[in-house]
Amino acid sequence: MKKEEVPQDESNIQSTNQKELCYAVGEDGKYTTALSSGWDPKTIALNNAIEEIQNRISNAKERVLNNQTSPIEFYMESHKMDLSILASYVGLWQWRVKRHFKPKVFQGLSNKMLQRYAEVFDVSLETLKDITLYKTPEIKNNTPDEN
Amino acid sequence: MKIEFKHQQSAHCENGVISNLMRHHGFDISEPLAFGIGSGLFFCYVPFIKVNHAPAFTYRALPGIIFKRFAKRVGIKIKREKFKDPKLAKVRLDENLNNNNPVGLQVGVYNLVYFPDDYRFHFNAHNLVVYGKEDQTYLISDPVMETVTTLTDKELEKVRFAKGAFAPKGQIYYPVDFPEKLKIQSAIVKGIKHTCKDMLAPMPLIGVKGIRYTARLIKKWPKTKGVKLANHYLGQIVRMQEEIGTGGGGFRYIYGAFLQEASGILNNPELEVLSKEITEIGDLWRDFALEASRIYKNRSAQVDAYVKVATQLEHIADREETFFKKLKKTI
Repeated sequence: MKKEEVPQDESNIQSTNQKELCYAVGEDGKYTTALSSGWDPKTIALNNAIEEIQNRISNAKERVLNNQTSPIEFYMESHKMDLSILASYVGLWQWRVKRHFKPKVFQGLSNKMLQRYAEVFDVSLETLKDITLYKTPEIKNNTPDEN
Repeated sequence: MKIEFKHQQSAHCENGVISNLMRHHGFDISEPLAFGIGSGLFFCYVPFIKVNHAPAFTYRALPGIIFKRFAKRVGIKIKREKFKDPKLAKVRLDENLNNNNPVGLQVGVYNLVYFPDDYRFHFNAHNLVVYGKEDQTYLISDPVMETVTTLTDKELEKVRFAKGAFAPKGQIYYPVDFPEKLKIQSAIVKGIKHTCKDMLAPMPLIGVKGIRYTARLIKKWPKTKGVKLANHYLGQIVRMQEEIGTGGGGFRYIYGAFLQEASGILNNPELEVLSKEITEIGDLWRDFALEASRIYKNRSAQVDAYVKVATQLEHIADREETFFKKLKKTI
């Protein structure tokens, strides 16, 4: 990549006014560094991944409201976690966490156990039990073609 | 207290920490040199680890190992410590800062508040330097950021004790023992040999063979996984390639910069020629990412398009095989 080819596309890192450093070849054929504001193929991949997460969250939300799963699954998705990550945060076996996804099992959990989840998800016990109280932190999704 | 520490931005976090810490101790080690000597370039398909619900591909050596190899090869010693107890981890950090010693930390990215939201995933192999403390705020030099930043002690504890794969466990590390002169020349040779061995490994998921294996998988995905999943997986390859602290195309360029520098140090003009060659291969990786992004942007699952990107990847594998064989002979 030549120095003048270092991509300067719009991207999600601009929200914090940052640029990333790249290595590129200067006119004299010597390697040098240059800052890049972003690159569309990367941004599209990232945006697709975020959209996928949003879908998982809304899907989990719907199933919680239909009493098909417990709020734990919704909060897990909201925190971009999967079963193994959540299990290591609460310090339980994966199968136990999975069992807590069952609405009936969830109803019977002790406050102590619920508190462990509430701490990981950074919510109160009430909010943990009732996902309609939860305010999703806004996840920005800037597609490259919208300014 | 604030330690005099010169922050320099780098393309990749671990190399950047090595380079900045070495510079602090008076040894001028560039990022590419740290990357090359530590044999950071790698490729591996890891089918049994899922990241964001897609199989993992890594373009780099395991977290921490670049510094480990670098230290051994140039003849410095590093002290590393992991903790069970966050309090102890904090005490040890403060001790070092009081002794005027900036330290490297392994951290998780998810709770790193100064990162853009979209980049905050559960990725635990990020590295940064702490170079001071003012009240309850730590002064942070994160090599991928343009400028220095800060974290409160609560925020720092959270990222040091992130959980999941590669959990950092509060890991702290810093160089302790320096020889009078670093063994740079022999270190470069060892670093290059190791990378050649890795990339030409006779194992199906690793190195050049791993790239070929991935190409075969891509061809199959639209049929076996369906449109949606195939696009998701392809997006994952590009994300692993160009960000999440890994870098595939980008790594080829850092390696090119390394070979150029090495060519001067070892007085070996052939390395300069090979530097140009790996730069071309880096361009091919970028073309591959661009073509792949067209597929997942339009959410198309034309088998042709998948075959096309897979063929590009096979071509890259061929070029890299020739490249690393030549490099092995040169050194």
